[in-house]
Amino acid sequence: MADVTHDAVHTEHVTSTGLSSTKLAMWLFLASECLLFGGLITAYVLYRGQSTTGPYPQDVFDIGYTSVSSFVLLASSLTMVLSHNAALARDYARMRLWLLGTAMLGLTFVGGQVFEFTTFYHEGLSIKTNLFGSTFFTLTGFHGVHVTVGILMLLILVVLSFRGALSDDPAFPVEMVGLYWHFVDIVWIVIFTLVYLIPSPKPPGVP
Amino acid sequence: MSLDPHAPPRPAPPVAHAEYHPSTREYVRVGLILIALTCIEVWLSYSSIDGWKLIALLLTCTLIKFLMVVGYFMHLKFDNGRFSRLFALGAVGAFTLYVVVLLMFGVWGH
Amino acid sequence: MSMFRMPVFVWMGLVVQFLLAFSLPIITVALFQLLFDRRWGTAFFDPTRGGEPILWQHMFWLFGHPEVYILILPAFGIISEILPVFARKPLFGYQFVVFSGIAIGFIGFGVWAHHMYAAGLGPVANTAFGISTAIIAIPTGVKIFNWMGTLYGGDLHFASPMLFAIGAVAMFVIGGLSGVTHSIVPSDYQQTDTYYIVAHLHYVLFGGAVFGIFGGMYYWWPKVFGRMLNEAWGKVQFWILLIGFNLAFAPMHILGLGGMIRREYTYPASLGLTVWNQVSSVGAFTIALSVLLFIINVVRTQAKKRALETDDPWDARTLEWTTPCPPPAYNFAEVPTVHSLDEFWHRKYAEDETGRLVRVPAGASGEAHPTADGHGIHLPSPSFWPLVISLGFPLLGYGVLYSWWLIGAGAVVIVVGLIGFVLEPSVAE
Repeated sequence: MADVTHDAVHTEHVTSTGLSSTKLAMWLFLASECLLFGGLITAYVLYRGQSTTGPYPQDVFDIGYTSVSSFVLLASSLTMVLSHNAALARDYARMRLWLLGTAMLGLTFVGGQVFEFTTFYHEGLSIKTNLFGSTFFTLTGFHGVHVTVGILMLLILVVLSFRGALSDDPAFPVEMVGLYWHFVDIVWIVIFTLVYLIPSPKPPGVP
Repeated sequence: MSLDPHAPPRPAPPVAHAEYHPSTREYVRVGLILIALTCIEVWLSYSSIDGWKLIALLLTCTLIKFLMVVGYFMHLKFDNGRFSRLFALGAVGAFTLYVVVLLMFGVWGH
Repeated sequence: MSMFRMPVFVWMGLVVQFLLAFSLPIITVALFQLLFDRRWGTAFFDPTRGGEPILWQHMFWLFGHPEVYILILPAFGIISEILPVFARKPLFGYQFVVFSGIAIGFIGFGVWAHHMYAAGLGPVANTAFGISTAIIAIPTGVKIFNWMGTLYGGDLHFASPMLFAIGAVAMFVIGGLSGVTHSIVPSDYQQTDTYYIVAHLHYVLFGGAVFGIFGGMYYWWPKVFGRMLNEAWGKVQFWILLIGFNLAFAPMHILGLGGMIRREYTYPASLGLTVWNQVSSVGAFTIALSVLLFIINVVRTQAKKRALETDDPWDARTLEWTTPCPPPAYNFAEVPTVHSLDEFWHRKYAEDETGRLVRVPAGASGEAHPTADGHGIHLPSPSFWPLVISLGFPLLGYGVLYSWWLIGAGAVVIVVGLIGFVLEPSVAE
């Protein structure tokens, strides 16, 4: 078929599997991100309880506070799928509403992280203080950057929809950004448990 | 996938336009389950359960949350199996590789 | 087209994409950890603060081993394309060649600590990785046997591409054999960090991949440039390269076992390493001569007016040879329908009752002669946005070394560039 067109947002060619190449590419990317976050998490788990000086996790963590952050991010995944449903129904107003809602919740999460990290810093924990600081800030920092990029993509979608660039098939780009967004959420699901909830032993000799 | 190099080419399968998408109600239900599981996790962390039991229970909740987001929100439950297999290759592969690395440090002895 | 009608080169490319997708993130993490240690004083690899330098080794080799398969599989693909054409015979055991490529890719993620036998992982880890490393030799061997099977009984034509492909197989086998000796842990205790390893890695990478690449260049030069590289010069270049390469690297087996360790810039004469090192140096200059011959061949070829009489100079088997040399930007005016492996070959030749090849008259294969001339094919327009994006990276890199402001500037340039690139309409309006 010599007629292969491609516009700025999305037009699918027929593939021999019937599967969207864009979607396949997004899933391959997310699979590769498992290797990235896996490596960062491994460093954290490996070095858990190995810091030679404090502060230690139990000195700085506020589980209640971070739980609220976790709820916020989970809620943002819900608003994301609601925006996708709206896009499927071509209800552009609702779609934008939920997209903005997702972005706002994401911003709340990132804002919460910034506040949390600043508090830790004032309590004496920086990225170079000890192994805990190094592994914690690197892991959560990478995650936070991923969330920020996701927020940018959500806002771009809103802008695009106002410019009428999504009118062909609005559900598809929303779905693709959604896949990225949900992935960032599941990484946090894992981080929250492994880093915050599972207790870290204090090194021997530390009260 | 035909292994016979001389078989005639198969026509492309039709693109599924009428895919199943959960309704708002179903999505909200999943969301509530996720929140409930998170509450259980936080409760567990404050409870007197500790050691391997705590870790096992926490990781179970985490795994369920993970699978629910991937299955429902990311739609893998309703999509072509190839997407699931591709993601599983990365996720299970990463998990296996890094567990092996941690084992080599005797990390469970910490 | 279906998966098992794809050329092996394409299959190897697919496996390499997966290797890249899954191994690069690992070294990304390792490099960030190293960067943070050096720039911002983190403790990832700092033993005085509980860090473990061996974590670096794990993270690096988790990437590093798949990387060597990334380096060699494309060359395996090229060899698998060239041998059938110049033996005028289908690739022997195509499915085995494909499956063994996939197996190599997969198992390649399970052997990394064979680079760390002497790092103190302990006998259990060393044994496990010794076994997995020995296992990965099997699919590699399968490929070698299938290439031999391709040549056996073939109508062999020793043009330059063929010489390089056969040379690649032969040199790779030598490198593979030394590799097998490395897989055995006690044997590797003697070899590791010596020039014996350097010999191995050059036999597989230079002998295997670089010879394969030269073969690919001679083979596909007419396709890309519409001209043939000079055959006589090509043959001379091949033999000089083969001799030079072996002179340079074969002695390193002896040197390594004789005690020449890696990563030293000079050695005392009393070690008795001088003579073989001198032989090695002669080999190195011979390699340089061979490459010079290649460059001269390229320059002289490109200076010629295009003189290709046919778009299919090698009487090849695969579909790229159905397009003009060089092909238009869109490659195929109409996407061809693929009925079998070696589709182009089957369009050209059928077999008579005695099994001999009979040329199919042009047009009689039933393929509609493409009347389309490329109108209506739409390719994305050229764009300057990728250039903008790439300008952000040096800013980011320098910023990490010297200044936070530059980091911000670089990030902004990259983000703006990405947004511009993604939102740009494909067709100039």
